[in-house]
Amino acid sequence: MAEFNIFEHEYVPEHYLVDREEEKAILKQLNLTKDQLPRIKKTDAAIVALETITGEIEPGRIIKIVRRSRTAGVFVAYRVVVV
Amino acid sequence: MQRIGVSKRIGNIKFAILSPDEIRRMSAVKVISADTYDDDGYPIDRGLMDTRMGVIEPGLRCKTCNGRVDECPGHFGHIDLAMPVIHIGYVKEIKKFLQHTCSICGRVLLSEDEIRMVTEMKTRHEVFGERADFVSLLRALRIEPRQICPHCKAEQKKITLDKPTTFRENGVKITPKDIRDRLERIPTEDLAILGMNPETARPEWLVLTALPVPPVTVRPSITLESGDRSEDDLTHKLVDVLRINQRLRENRDIGAPQLIVEDLWELLQYHVTTYFDNQTSGIPPARHRSGRPLKTLVQRLKGKEGRFRSNLSGKRVNFSARTVISPDPNLGITEVGVPEEAARELTVPLYVTTFNVEVAKEFVSRGPNPQNVDGKYVPGANYVISPEGRRIKITEKNKANLLEQVGPGWIVERQLMDGDICLFNRQPSLHRMSMLCHEVRVMPHKTFRFNLCLCPPYNADFDGDEMNLHVMQSEEARAEAKILMRTHEHILSPRFGAPIIGPIHDHITGSFLLTYKNPQFTREDVNFIFMRMPETPIPAPDVEKGGEIWYGKSLFSIVLPPDLNLTFKASICQKCDECRKEKCDIDAYVKIKDGKLVCGAIDGKGIAVGKGKILDKIARDYGTLAAKEFLEKVTRLAIGVITLRGFTTGISDEDIPEDAKNEIRKVLENGKKEVNDLVSKYLNGTLELLPGRSLEETLEVEVMRVLGKARDEAGKIAGKYLGIGNSAVLMAKSGARGNMLNLTQMSAALGQQAVRGERLFRGYYMRTLPHFKKGDLGAEARGFVESSYKSGLKPTEYFFHSMGGRESLVDTAVRTSRSGYMQRRLINALEDLKVMEDRSVRNTAGTIIQFRYGEDGVDPGRSVQGNAIDAVDMFVELLGGKEKKTLEELGEIETGALNYGEVDRDILFAEEDLEIEEEEGEEEYEEYEEESEREGD
Ligand SMILES: [Mg+2]
Ligand SMILES: [Zn+2]
Ligand SMILES: [Zn+2]
Ligand SMILES: [Zn+2]
Repeated sequence: MAEFNIFEHEYVPEHYLVDREEEKAILKQLNLTKDQLPRIKKTDAAIVALETITGEIEPGRIIKIVRRSRTAGVFVAYRVVVV
Repeated sequence: MQRIGVSKRIGNIKFAILSPDEIRRMSAVKVISADTYDDDGYPIDRGLMDTRMGVIEPGLRCKTCNGRVDECPGHFGHIDLAMPVIHIGYVKEIKKFLQHTCSICGRVLLSEDEIRMVTEMKTRHEVFGERADFVSLLRALRIEPRQICPHCKAEQKKITLDKPTTFRENGVKITPKDIRDRLERIPTEDLAILGMNPETARPEWLVLTALPVPPVTVRPSITLESGDRSEDDLTHKLVDVLRINQRLRENRDIGAPQLIVEDLWELLQYHVTTYFDNQTSGIPPARHRSGRPLKTLVQRLKGKEGRFRSNLSGKRVNFSARTVISPDPNLGITEVGVPEEAARELTVPLYVTTFNVEVAKEFVSRGPNPQNVDGKYVPGANYVISPEGRRIKITEKNKANLLEQVGPGWIVERQLMDGDICLFNRQPSLHRMSMLCHEVRVMPHKTFRFNLCLCPPYNADFDGDEMNLHVMQSEEARAEAKILMRTHEHILSPRFGAPIIGPIHDHITGSFLLTYKNPQFTREDVNFIFMRMPETPIPAPDVEKGGEIWYGKSLFSIVLPPDLNLTFKASICQKCDECRKEKCDIDAYVKIKDGKLVCGAIDGKGIAVGKGKILDKIARDYGTLAAKEFLEKVTRLAIGVITLRGFTTGISDEDIPEDAKNEIRKVLENGKKEVNDLVSKYLNGTLELLPGRSLEETLEVEVMRVLGKARDEAGKIAGKYLGIGNSAVLMAKSGARGNMLNLTQMSAALGQQAVRGERLFRGYYMRTLPHFKKGDLGAEARGFVESSYKSGLKPTEYFFHSMGGRESLVDTAVRTSRSGYMQRRLINALEDLKVMEDRSVRNTAGTIIQFRYGEDGVDPGRSVQGNAIDAVDMFVELLGGKEKKTLEELGEIETGALNYGEVDRDILFAEEDLEIEEEEGEEEYEEYEEESEREGD
């Protein structure tokens, strides 16, 4: 496994695994179906790193990404994990 | 939100190679005859026009599907080739297969270990979605090509390709038949590693034994007026293939000499190759009888006139017009002048109801060619459409009849008239302001005309530019265009959050002349100026005693909103260390109080496109309609003033007295001397090194500095004699056109010419030109031009200037081509994205691209240079009268349009350089594009 935690790097935004119960509320709020969300690969370095905390993340789960934005200060985005 | 738009999803796309079997299976007919039609004009059975491949003539029925012309989609046929030939599109692949497989056993030329290594690496690449090409994999693993087959120990010979289609083994030709046999021997297990999917293809299919014949609908023949039939280029080519195929078969079957058979075989290869691509390098293109090269399969698809760019990416439309453009300052910025001839051709559908039936009948009764009344255009009508959808042309004959029939439910296509809504466009449509909504004004003469303020958004000038006009046909389209695309809705550009529609050139000169140092105008003058703005009443004179007098500043104030407050520094400001504000010597401190211009001259910084603070403030705070009115008024006022005074510039504007010339000569002489000193210091090693530079670099840097300073000084001397009374200087200083460097180069000296930012050094051995000594490092020998454009250049100087000029020319050509290509790719990627009601950005499938537009949801067209609001401006405005004190507290910040439109070095006009040789750029763009398409797609 990697020597250091990539989330400690300043250019890597915060990633959170969304609880299954919360998913519905978020999709409703965004007016979306799951397949309309932007995607993130299960093999993405951030997901791999997140898995060391949360355990295996199956495809279909939603990831909440909080990042600094040049225009909006802090911005929250969601992605769905795909194979 | 309801999911709309996605009725079917593409699961996956599979690309494969047609096998000879498949070609025969999908074939409706085996074509054997090279003839097309018999003497009665009926398609010959088993010929190239066989009706089993579809029909193109009305009345006939397809023998395969029994469909008529519009019903039958067309069906493929095939030709059985007497001898196999190479498919020109797969030559590269064939070469790869031959080079990397054993000529005897067909196995890939790798040991089992190596096969395992390559396979593993390949899968690793594919996990990351990267393509893994066999050759590059070998290179990555440092596997050398083998001379001996590891499987059967057979020695391998060297395979070479003689372009385009001849393969040789140790220099001896291998026939396509041998090649096919060899490819057949490659075992299926070895295909994957070589980059071929064994489930969809076999390598021997790359060598053709059967040729598909496209349906006749793909290559229709046309009947000329003379009654002769003219065949499509593809048919011509297929005729050639069939003919040679036939002869080849006969000669082979009767056992003709090997030489003859081989010649025919080569000929067949040539015809099949040119059938696919008639621009194959290395062979002459097949020509029509007239000498014109044939347009075969590849030519149908490739390039600007090809299927993709011409038919799929671009489409032609009705109700549109194109003609040359010319300026008309008397038109409003929302109008467009349309020539009568065009207006009579373009129509708007009028849906007849009980309310407008009389109006509709009036149009019909006028017919397609009504007489103008008192020289005024009268719109008529060209067609009517009956409720059943029948389109009837209105003629003198059927007019009376139609008049009786027309009633509710009919549509009258009336001619264009004043006030109609249309779209106006100039290519290249690089941003949304390239296509705006205008109101029609039908006018005499043959050009489209529009207000000069619209030149920047369209990037138009009048040196022969043409533009397009589209007339909308539905109420919805008109409403949408009127709300979203009106010209004044686009005064502020989303590109840089500053005005892009606005005064240019003479407008700026005019308003500068009106306001600079507050000139006086008499009643006569004012009448002349206001003559062209009839809707604006003439104000009361500023002085009435002893003759009426108007001041320029108060005349300008008329066009300002009454409650406008604004302070800024004009373009002419010299940025003195301490600004004297209202008491500025050169009238550069602009202050507008309650809609009155108190002090300062209105120049580029005030109103010009891209930087005009007044315009920006009005567009933002008073709305787009107010901005439109301001623009129309201020430009008419400026044009009035400049017409009244008269304004011209010529070569004599660059005249400077003899004294000045001498002075300049002395400065340049000193500069050159200084350079010589530097050179001798360099030669005897006493030149002091600059940190981080070599001796040579130090010399160059120092010389450039010295000569740059000399040119600037020369310019300053010239500038001393060129005052604001000089038209060229006035334009440069006020920001109307040109800059002081242009003037320096015209009147004083051109200065150092450079290529890649360095002094010139290329040319002859150790010198630039034979006019100089070898190793001469002096100013003149390395491209310093001491002459001015006005005085004329010496021969050597002229040559150096051309060297420097070439670089900028090449740069612009490359830049336009690159940015054009990038633009196209970007637009293709972004064209169907839109901002939804919930402010998210989505594509047509409803997939999220951005959860909120730009993440902050700010419309850049309404932003203050990208910021949502201008806090300082709001703050100042809230404090109102206490403005002055507030300002001091804020620490010397300009009020009002704080940094509004402050665009870093005229983004707009940086493009002006590009105007040189636009054509050249486009040509190279073409090349670049083709290049990239070959590489990328
Ligand atoms: Mg032009
Ligand atoms: Zn058919
Ligand atoms: Zn072998
Ligand atoms: Zn000043």
